[in-house]
Amino acid sequence: MQEAHPLAETAARFIWWLPTLPLIGFLINGALALAATAKPGPADPSADHGHDQSTGPSHAASDSHAHGDDAHPPRHRFARAVSVVGPGVMVLAFGLALAIFAVMRGAEMHAPYINTLFSWMPVGDLQLDAALQLDQLSMVMVLVITGIGMLIHLFSIGYMQDDPGYARFFAYLNLFVFSMLLLVLGANMVVTFVGWEGVGLCSYLLIGFWFTEKANADAGKKAFVVNRIGDFGFMVAMFMLFANLGTLNYVDIAARAGQFAPGGALVTTICLFMLLGCFGKSAQIPLYTWLPDAMAGPTPVSALIHAATMVTAGVYLVARTSMLFSIAPVASLTVALVGAVTALFAATIGLKQWDIKKVLAYSTVSQLGYMFVGVGVGAYTAGVFHLVTHAFFKALLFLGSGSVIFAMHRAYHAIHNHSDDAQDMRNMGGMKRYMPVTWVVMWVATLAIAGIPPFAGFFSKDEILGQVFARAHGSTLASATYLGVSGATVLYAIWILALAAALLTAIYMTRMMLYTFHGPNRTGDGAQSHLAEAPWIMTGPLVVLAILSAFGGWLNLPETVTEMIPLGPTAVLEHWLEPVVGGATERIAAGSAHTAASTEQVLLGVAIAIAVAGIALAWTRLRPSSLVPKPLAEPSTGFQKVLENKWYVDEIYDVSVVKPVYATSRGVLWKFFDVGVIDTLFANGSAALARFLGWVGSQVQSGQLGTYAWLLVIGAVLVIRAFAQAGG
Amino acid sequence: MLAESLALSAALFTIGVVGVLVRRNAIIVFMCVELMLNAVNLSFVALARAHGTAGQVFAIFVMTVAAAEAAVGLAIIIAIFRHVRTVNLKNINLLRG
Repeated sequence: MQEAHPLAETAARFIWWLPTLPLIGFLINGALALAATAKPGPADPSADHGHDQSTGPSHAASDSHAHGDDAHPPRHRFARAVSVVGPGVMVLAFGLALAIFAVMRGAEMHAPYINTLFSWMPVGDLQLDAALQLDQLSMVMVLVITGIGMLIHLFSIGYMQDDPGYARFFAYLNLFVFSMLLLVLGANMVVTFVGWEGVGLCSYLLIGFWFTEKANADAGKKAFVVNRIGDFGFMVAMFMLFANLGTLNYVDIAARAGQFAPGGALVTTICLFMLLGCFGKSAQIPLYTWLPDAMAGPTPVSALIHAATMVTAGVYLVARTSMLFSIAPVASLTVALVGAVTALFAATIGLKQWDIKKVLAYSTVSQLGYMFVGVGVGAYTAGVFHLVTHAFFKALLFLGSGSVIFAMHRAYHAIHNHSDDAQDMRNMGGMKRYMPVTWVVMWVATLAIAGIPPFAGFFSKDEILGQVFARAHGSTLASATYLGVSGATVLYAIWILALAAALLTAIYMTRMMLYTFHGPNRTGDGAQSHLAEAPWIMTGPLVVLAILSAFGGWLNLPETVTEMIPLGPTAVLEHWLEPVVGGATERIAAGSAHTAASTEQVLLGVAIAIAVAGIALAWTRLRPSSLVPKPLAEPSTGFQKVLENKWYVDEIYDVSVVKPVYATSRGVLWKFFDVGVIDTLFANGSAALARFLGWVGSQVQSGQLGTYAWLLVIGAVLVIRAFAQAGG
Repeated sequence: MLAESLALSAALFTIGVVGVLVRRNAIIVFMCVELMLNAVNLSFVALARAHGTAGQVFAIFVMTVAAAEAAVGLAIIIAIFRHVRTVNLKNINLLRG
């Protein structure tokens, strides 16, 4: 079968090089990082913490040498080698991905290309291969991961240049790309799960990259622990799938999915458990709280892992297992509903955050909600489309904010100000004068995420909204009942929630831009003169991403638009993904009437109007000139305070989950079970029992013959009695 | 006839057992052991009337062993007496570990 595949004997047979290249990079960079710490060379790691410590007042160590004008501490010993290897493997991987993509475009392929490397776990009925699966969906993901990943690696050369952990950073980043590629290329759920855990590990390592500060290390732990909850769901789903279908290969699952009763309890349960994993990894309610804290990591990490790639793994998994979700309407509606609620909820929090990265973090959570709405209503193409465009503009936004933070840090560092927060927007303002390139590209990304045509986000967001609306008008989802409510009602609610979230998105993004780049500068008189644009190695990737954010919509132009304005080919991505998710989409959309062209035009108009209204509202209502620097700011009150404190969700979790778990661990598991049962009863208790039995035995051995004789007689009588009974 | 003989044998044996258990003088305990042996001899002989002569042969064996045992046992008791100046078993606990 494999011989007959059109991709065999082409560049696709080198697909295993895709994950291998970053792995090699990880090994080399990791070795260099270890070598540098083994023999502290000119770049003594204790000399400086680097420029972009996420929280300001940590530079006590660097005060010692701060009196000269050595604003640039010596670089990492192997900085040159790391700068070549780290991004180099990404360039190679991206090149290979492009080559494979070119082959795929020319080939007529209906079945995925499976590249089996070796038999991994042949255990009874469980035949697991270390196999990679190449199809249209994984190709899209590979291009995003290697392409965006390459740009972010290049950006990191500039951003991390003064960090003593330079080699370690690139080692982790390479390892992350390796795991992520394994995740999207896995031909069975177990290979995917290995990648899934691998990206979780790298996320943990990179969030806690500056682990000398407890807050950063804690944020890493939080991400790791919250993700474990999700992974539990993923594993249960795998076990149930294997128990019921006897396979974990995606191809075989698709072939045997018909064994499930459509809409049955079994397939719904499996999908819901899988969802738990997706919600953990993709930061959806109720497991989203780790993502904002994850901003403790370096900004390129936030861009690559916590915006563009890893957090979209949940969306990818839903699309990948669309053959199951499409026959479980209740699970699909749960996906969409949770996504919509998360989209709105996170957007409200984003309205009142002052940390520039926190705004983007909540924006990411909100946009991930959008993607889940897309894949939830069976618009798998739209979900993946938004995943791709979001990867463009959110990576750009994060890298742009990284560029701003970099400039702020340099400025504060130059005047030895280690107390002010370089990430707080109240300390920024008017940055457009100092960083024109960053300013322009950030506006492109903002317009894209807000949904202004013709930027990328408009097309993808509108596609999702339109599909939700269309599904509400007749589909297997609309005719299903969800917790006693008709599916159509739920879909309309989702549509309204998503529209509201779109409005808030436009508002908080404009607010962020206004406070950061417009109005007067609030950095402080001394630092102001040190603000400057980032070097070309950082602005270069920004410009590339800006172009992608501006024109990414051409990947999948809707018919409604191309009918009015001939911009280019229609629905390219949809045709591309057709072999993978087309069947599932049709199954969900069965019975839906085609939405009239006029209705679609109205919907488009509504979407544009909402985006414009949001931007206009923020532009007219917010006054960057009236902002004061952070130290002088008055605490907010009322509802604003609730938003600023993120609806107190962390506090609620603390009281309802964390504290009880701690109390149970201490009171029951530690004090009672460990100390009481294990230590006292089992360990010391068994010793005491043995000592007691020994004591009893020693008492019998008195040396008195009389006693022995008594025991002998008693024993003899008992034996005789036993024989007598047995004989009788 | 057999029943009476066995009843006498059992009575003698029980007296022997109780004597071993309750008395403390080594000589008396020793004599009670002899009593038990002879009780068994009595039952052997009694049963030999019904089941052939093997019982009588065994009675001779037991008497032989008992004679040997008496010689060894009395010697031990004399040795103990010489050692601790008493034959009261309460005062002798050499078997204690």
